[in-house]
Amino acid sequence: MIPTAFRYRRAGSVAEALALLREGGPGAKLLAGGHSLIPMMKQRLAEPELLIDIGGLLELCGVHAVGDAIEVGATTTHADLAASALLRERAPILAEAAAEIGDAQVRNRGTIGGSLAHADPGADLPAVLIALDAAISITGADGSRTVPAADFFRDILTVDLEDGEILTDVSFRPVRSAAYAKLPQRASRFALAGVAVALEMEDGVCRAARVAVTGAASHAQRLPAVESALVGARLPEGAAAACEGAGDALDFVNADLHGSEEYRRAMVAVMARRAVESAAARG
Amino acid sequence: MSETVPITVRVNGRERTAAVAPRLLLVHFLRESLNLTGTHVGCDTSQCGACTVLLDGRSVKSCTVFAVQADGEEVQTIEGLAAGDDLHPLQDGFWEEHGLQCGYCTPGMIMSALNLLRENPSPDDARIREGISGNICRCTGYQHIVNAIRNAAERMAPA
Amino acid sequence: MTSANAPLLPKLIGERVKRREDPRLIRGLATYVDDLKLPGMLHLAFRRADIAHGVIRRIDVSAAAAMEGVELALTGAELAEHLGPMPIGTPFPAPDHYSVAVDRVRYVGEPVAVVAAADRYLARDAADAIEVEYDELPAVVDPEAAMADGSATLHEGFARNVAVGGYQGGTGVNAETAQAEDDSAMDAAFAEADVVISQCMLNQRLAPNAMEPRGVVARYEAGSDYLTIWSATQNPHILRTLAAGMLGLGEHQVRAIAPEVGGGFGCKINIYGEEYAAAALSRLTGAPVKWIEDRTEAFLATTHGRDILGDVEIAAKRDGTILALRAQLLADIGAYEVLLTALIPTLTGMMMNGVYRIPVVRHELTEVFTNKTPTDAYRGAGRPEGLYFVERAVDMLARELDMDPAELRRRNFIPAAEFPFPTQSGLVYDSGDYEAALDTALAAADWESLKAERDAARAEGRIVGVGMAFYVEVCGLGPSSVVPTGGWEHSGVTIERGGKVTATTGASPHGQGNETTFAQMLADHFSVPIGDIAILHGDTGVVKQGIGTFGSRSQAVGGAALMLAAGRAGDKMKRFAAALMADHEASPDDLVFESGRIQVAGAPEVSRSFAEVADFAYVPVPLPAGLEPGLSEEAFFEPENNTYPFGCHISMVEIDRDTGEPRLLRLIAVDDCGNVINPLIVEGQVHGGLAQGIGQAMFEEVVYDEDGQPLTASFMDYVMPRAADLPAFELERTVTPTPVNPLGAKGVGEAGTIGSSPCVVNAAVDALAPFGVRHVDMPLRPERLWRLIHDRDQNGGQP
Ligand SMILES: Cc1cc2nc3c(=O)[nH]c(=O)nc-3n(C[C@H](O)[C@H](O)[C@H](O)COP(=O)(O)OP(=O)(O)OC[C@H]3O[C@@H](n4cnc5c(N)ncnc54)[C@H](O)[C@@H]3O)c2cc1C
Ligand code: FES
Ligand code: FES
Repeated sequence: MIPTAFRYRRAGSVAEALALLREGGPGAKLLAGGHSLIPMMKQRLAEPELLIDIGGLLELCGVHAVGDAIEVGATTTHADLAASALLRERAPILAEAAAEIGDAQVRNRGTIGGSLAHADPGADLPAVLIALDAAISITGADGSRTVPAADFFRDILTVDLEDGEILTDVSFRPVRSAAYAKLPQRASRFALAGVAVALEMEDGVCRAARVAVTGAASHAQRLPAVESALVGARLPEGAAAACEGAGDALDFVNADLHGSEEYRRAMVAVMARRAVESAAARG
Repeated sequence: MSETVPITVRVNGRERTAAVAPRLLLVHFLRESLNLTGTHVGCDTSQCGACTVLLDGRSVKSCTVFAVQADGEEVQTIEGLAAGDDLHPLQDGFWEEHGLQCGYCTPGMIMSALNLLRENPSPDDARIREGISGNICRCTGYQHIVNAIRNAAERMAPA
Repeated sequence: MTSANAPLLPKLIGERVKRREDPRLIRGLATYVDDLKLPGMLHLAFRRADIAHGVIRRIDVSAAAAMEGVELALTGAELAEHLGPMPIGTPFPAPDHYSVAVDRVRYVGEPVAVVAAADRYLARDAADAIEVEYDELPAVVDPEAAMADGSATLHEGFARNVAVGGYQGGTGVNAETAQAEDDSAMDAAFAEADVVISQCMLNQRLAPNAMEPRGVVARYEAGSDYLTIWSATQNPHILRTLAAGMLGLGEHQVRAIAPEVGGGFGCKINIYGEEYAAAALSRLTGAPVKWIEDRTEAFLATTHGRDILGDVEIAAKRDGTILALRAQLLADIGAYEVLLTALIPTLTGMMMNGVYRIPVVRHELTEVFTNKTPTDAYRGAGRPEGLYFVERAVDMLARELDMDPAELRRRNFIPAAEFPFPTQSGLVYDSGDYEAALDTALAAADWESLKAERDAARAEGRIVGVGMAFYVEVCGLGPSSVVPTGGWEHSGVTIERGGKVTATTGASPHGQGNETTFAQMLADHFSVPIGDIAILHGDTGVVKQGIGTFGSRSQAVGGAALMLAAGRAGDKMKRFAAALMADHEASPDDLVFESGRIQVAGAPEVSRSFAEVADFAYVPVPLPAGLEPGLSEEAFFEPENNTYPFGCHISMVEIDRDTGEPRLLRLIAVDDCGNVINPLIVEGQVHGGLAQGIGQAMFEEVVYDEDGQPLTASFMDYVMPRAADLPAFELERTVTPTPVNPLGAKGVGEAGTIGSSPCVVNAAVDALAPFGVRHVDMPLRPERLWRLIHDRDQNGGQP
């Protein structure tokens, strides 16, 4: 399978990438790790006229502690997330979820920014960043803005990102008592249902919870009913009760040969319970 | 559209310069332009790993990288693994343990194993199986491949 | 010359010799079809149907033909002026089938046009620019509905889409007409039965997925009217025969080469439309052409395997004695018959006796066309389906009778003393000791503790099961009466000047390691170092004749031909040696090969070196009476019978209660493939077979929607087993040599595939038995298992 022809420019800076995006107009697309875009181009499901390569932009790469937050640059690869000592220590959920993405080769190329911007319904990181209540920073011709992760994902492959904008980084307050549980689709390894949970625990009782689901629906989103059921619950004992029916609240659920709607809804509850149990065990 | 882009890639230690169409995949650059046909293509959706090479020391699927993205970088392919007649320990391991049958997946498997052993020089069997899960082999049932990688890890361990 | 003090060469047969083909493969230096580059070579791309069934209303290649780098663009109708319908290799009636569809398409992926362009990127662009419009017809997807009144039909002359109808075999059936004539035994058996088990089960459609997709390079030389065709094929000699026929050439004008081939598993037996089209386009353009399949095309246009629905009934006594088995088989063969399509399901019918002394066995087979990719051989080809049906049914019987499945099997085995054993289905099993294999397996698995372990796990609330399956299969395919392409194999052995040995074999390997095993055999036969032997294969210009590698026949048929030729060359060499040692009055019959020398048995001081005798044979002064110069012999070997390897597999499966995900915890395999030349290679073959059988049981299935659109056209949706999905296999072997070939070797290529699928499913059903489950179809999809657990969990175990 072979992509259609396009022009290629490598951006040396975010500013240059923005300028190239402006010049290229609607036919221009950013290329980061290429592990969502190139497969689509090979199947001729995407036919951009101009690719602007930001994969090598060091200014967008890396995991840093900034004050009491952690900032992750858009071109940080999944492998770098998985290997980050800082994340392992302070926000293990992100390192662990990254380590479950695809396979070693995919993790060596794919980037967090690409994963969020592409917003595959089965992508893992969107749920994790919603659970971490991350802020997503975006730069465009008119300057920069930040969007809470929970508002960023809009629909299937659709996010709050305009033509000409670049996702530059994400930042969040690290939470240790957070975990991600995923049921992989057996062929592609994307999430059939994945749930990320971040808890605030006090003496075995949940004080606050953020829960997000991916895989089952058109896009990653919060599960408010589970969040409120968790608050005040003794964990892990109360996990099952709080997560029961977790998937039923979704208005739209995907269905294909790997899982019917009914199955996926049920799996959301199972993954939610598992994630809550793991998160509580940390907390 | 026939725009070409000049690129320079260090392949197996040798600097290679070419003008390539942006859409040329790295795997085709290696196979067609450089005649390094040990890197194979087994799928078109980035799943099988037959095309695995090292790009700047990390395993990547060269069917999912444009040659232009490798400009200025270092690529290692299966052909660059042996030093003259001296096989790399992974090659010896695959030979010794019968880690291949038709051999089609083998170069990619070996390059993935190289990435794995770089990260984890003495993996247990479960780690080995996870480490090669981006590579599909239809012939071996993987068991001899796991043995081969374990065998190589032992050879590569500092005495 | 007197005694040599050269060290004795160790015997290699039976040793774990490292493969001789590996150095080129592990260095990335082997040459597969896609690695070939010829000057001026053009690249082909096919435009394929994206609907399952329809008439081509309009097709226009002019835009494509006008594109940059495009040499030629042809519709199917245009190509049909140069290529007629494709030949098949079975005696069954078949509809016309063109390389590129002429006026109607019958499955998604069927080619409708072809372009030749300067490189593969441009060829793809041009194929995409071809304009096609169809008048869609209703898609025929379900094989049962295909035969119903009012169903759309695929082919004229095949009413109700039936390709092969009501073809019977077994007890009371007239073998000539394939029709039952006497039902009395069957009726009596069922009347006498205490228990009847009846189950309909699907042996689902699979994609073979050799990791190297198909590919072909064709070069037609107009000046000499000579076609050379390189193809990723399992049988270059068949390719030569059929390509010659299609192009109107003689076999003397065609050379077919299978270079390094990256796996076949049956799907590279058929000679495909793309191969003929490549040859024709090379002739039309005057340039060499290459076509390389991509994986999506492989899912759509490379033959699928299996897809047989079996409705099986077993009649038995309460003590476990099986009285009769009958099966209705319905094969969904897809849109066309290709080389062996219609034959494969007949093998399923032939295996319905399994390993049991069932006195009354009958099957009735129907094959139907549907709007899907054609089927043909896939590893095991017909036998896994049959054994799956038998072994699942026997397992259900054990559960019904509350007997240990090992005990039930033992009670019904064909006893070792009764071989050769003629089955009700018309086969004659050559040799076997099934009890020995069962005992070995029970010991290796520690069956009683395994069951205790399962029970302990269950007590903890885990869902765990153990299962077993026994198989026998027919392989070493021959004689010619049963193989439409010819049931023999050919080999040539030349002892060169200087004493090196070159052998050719018509068995064309693609991963089986024949270059090593055959060299081991010759090294022992001539007692020369293995490095002095070359095994050539895969090129009709080098290997005079051949059939190919399929049906696990390399060793049993190809190896036997090799040893026949080696015997002839060796005998002649001994006559030359005897002439050289005339002073000692050595008779050829007294001579033996020993460590690079030819010596008088029992008198090693009387000897000549192998090299010296070889040199003498080529410059024989004086020429010994009755001898022609030279040492080059050949042989055809046709076995009298097939071989019947067998074995017993045991497994343990756990199912996640929450998600339904199955996990294979253990797999113990005891296989008996007769004498073993190289245990390393045999283990590798078994491992690979197990992975494919487990793949069928747990992961793989080609699925179409109701419009005939494939839902599994890439590795994104078709689940291939990966390393982390499989446990370390535990292998054991028993050895029951076959009398039908001089090597006593039976063949092992397909064995692992056949036993493992029913074994794993039996374990899964055992795991689910507490939920009242009797049967679950393959593959073990998590959702399917989850439903079985969940729907019944809620109702206290009731469905
Ligand atoms: C075989 C395989 C298995 C996979 N398995 C998983 C899995 O299990 N779980 C999972 O989550 N993912 C999986 N992925 C997807 C993988 O994680 C991708 O790498 C990721 O989704 C996209 O990141 P990328 O850097 O490769 O993006 P690219 O492919 O380069 O880009 C994707 C899209 O995002 C846009 N984009 C990229 N970066 C930016 C930016 N900074 N600002 C704005 N727009 C941007 C691009 O223009 C493009 O439209 C898999 C991929 C493959 C090939
Ligand atoms: S060819 Fe690159 S992953 Fe399959
Ligand atoms: S050895 Fe054939 S695919 Fe791995």
